[in-house]
Amino acid sequence: MTATPRSTAPAVVSETARRRSSSVWLHLALLPLALIFLAPLWIMAVFSTHPETVIFSPNPPLWFGGAFMENFRGLQADTNFMRTMLNSTVIASLYTVFSMVLTSMGGYAFAKFEFPGKNWLFGLILATLTIPAFVTIIPQFILVARDLKLSNTYWAVILPTLANTIGIFYMRQAFQTVPTDLLNAARIDGASEARIFWQIALPIVRPALAALAILLFLASWNDYLWPLIVLTQKDSYTMPVALGTLVGLTRVSWGGIMVGTAISTIPFLVLFLSLQRHFVAGIAGGAVKD
Amino acid sequence: MTTKAAPSSRRAGRWARTPKAPYFFILPYLLIFLTFWAWPIISSFLMSFKDSRLGASAPYALSNWSRLVEDEFFRTALRNTFVILLIQVPLMLSLATVLAVALNSKLLKAAGWFRFAFFAPLVVGTVAYSAVFRLLFNTDFGMVNRALTGIGLPAVDWLNQSGPAMSVIIMALLWRWTGYNAIILLAGLQGISEDVYEAASIDGATPAQQFWKITLPLLRPTLLFCLVLSVIGTLQLFTEPALITNSGPGNATMTLGTYLYQQGFRSFNFGYASAIAYTVAAIAAVFSIIQLRLFGRDS
Repeated sequence: MTATPRSTAPAVVSETARRRSSSVWLHLALLPLALIFLAPLWIMAVFSTHPETVIFSPNPPLWFGGAFMENFRGLQADTNFMRTMLNSTVIASLYTVFSMVLTSMGGYAFAKFEFPGKNWLFGLILATLTIPAFVTIIPQFILVARDLKLSNTYWAVILPTLANTIGIFYMRQAFQTVPTDLLNAARIDGASEARIFWQIALPIVRPALAALAILLFLASWNDYLWPLIVLTQKDSYTMPVALGTLVGLTRVSWGGIMVGTAISTIPFLVLFLSLQRHFVAGIAGGAVKD
Repeated sequence: MTTKAAPSSRRAGRWARTPKAPYFFILPYLLIFLTFWAWPIISSFLMSFKDSRLGASAPYALSNWSRLVEDEFFRTALRNTFVILLIQVPLMLSLATVLAVALNSKLLKAAGWFRFAFFAPLVVGTVAYSAVFRLLFNTDFGMVNRALTGIGLPAVDWLNQSGPAMSVIIMALLWRWTGYNAIILLAGLQGISEDVYEAASIDGATPAQQFWKITLPLLRPTLLFCLVLSVIGTLQLFTEPALITNSGPGNATMTLGTYLYQQGFRSFNFGYASAIAYTVAAIAAVFSIIQLRLFGRDS
């Protein structure tokens, strides 16, 4: 008689206990891993605030010091870092704006129009999607540096990267969610195609566009190989190119390099913290179809 | 017959009403695409048959391709790239899958902070983290050796020995890209219906069984996508070996990427560099086809 409640009660307890213990195990496993993943970023930030003698001392610091400005002045003297910050900002901004315009117009055409040659064109872009960028950099270099004589300009960095095939796919997918009836209604009302695109279709895909903008800006901001190839003068360098030249040197201030990496990274970490959803949507959006 | 003719005449009617709009929308991108992407793909192929060394005269030749077959440095670069590919990519995708499942778990508290920890590396530029890793793994002053000796283990001469240098590259790549793949896999996981798991647990399936029998099979298309992306990315590895190890010691971490850069933009041997680039593209294509055959049966 008393056996029944006694046997069911422990069963319920053991179920919640089991859940609790697997929850504890999950956190015990994940926490050290999370700390390992955060460690390089923490050390980068901390080291940017210490002079080199402290960074290389037998007991390297784990908390912030007061040498950030001193390190920055060293970095500025080594690379004209202020100029590279300006270059990176202008290049990434222009690239983002132009790429958004090009890919959203192109994606809109592929998603919302039927026209002769559409499948052929889309197939062509699709066919080149997985071709490694390595294949194109040498002809791009000849075109940009020798034929167009654009070396050391912003356009040299921006123009070839605008041929962004993934962006076209991404925006095409975004515009497919726009109801065609809505566009047709506007056509019946006599709105021009440009106005329908700008005032009706584009506002609907704004979240996708925001996610794309973040990723485009970040890709340009962090790009290394292509700017390294077309930028040969110190004052035209972007931040990654300038930092890359320092890393290879033997006599170099690591405090300064850490300042440079921190400056190029920390704004995005903050942005990432506040806009995590957009980042995640952007990365996952290119990959997962509903 | 008449039903077949109807759509084309309707299309013709619509075409008459909006004649130039789609072409106008597509033209700016198309010009850039053709000039800076499609043409270079063709041009690079043609160039791989040109002897671009100084004083060379033959208009088209196979010299680049025959050199490629015999080039010892190319073979080293190819071997190193494959070592990284075969070790790093499976490690990373396994870790990313486990992470995605863990981050998707309802048992996890403070999931936002855990996500931040694992996803944060993906906003860090390759140059920035390469610099940090080079400093962390410095033999005399690096934090990693300080930590190893601190817990009584011997210090490792990370960047001056071939095996350890390779492992630093692999660890750096794991740090930077695991979270990126975990995001994609997490999105894939969230596409799997809760009902499947509920039905399975009613039938008495353990969490481990659910992972192997439900999660993994349903995640296969997403994993395949990650695999293809990772392989193409690894084949083009450049910044990390260039900056962390400088391709060294003694070419031990030279990759196809750093070798191509050296041939193309240090020696300015465009023809030979194009042949290397097309080899990379061919390997990427072969890998993609194999992966699609092996893992992509129903999608």
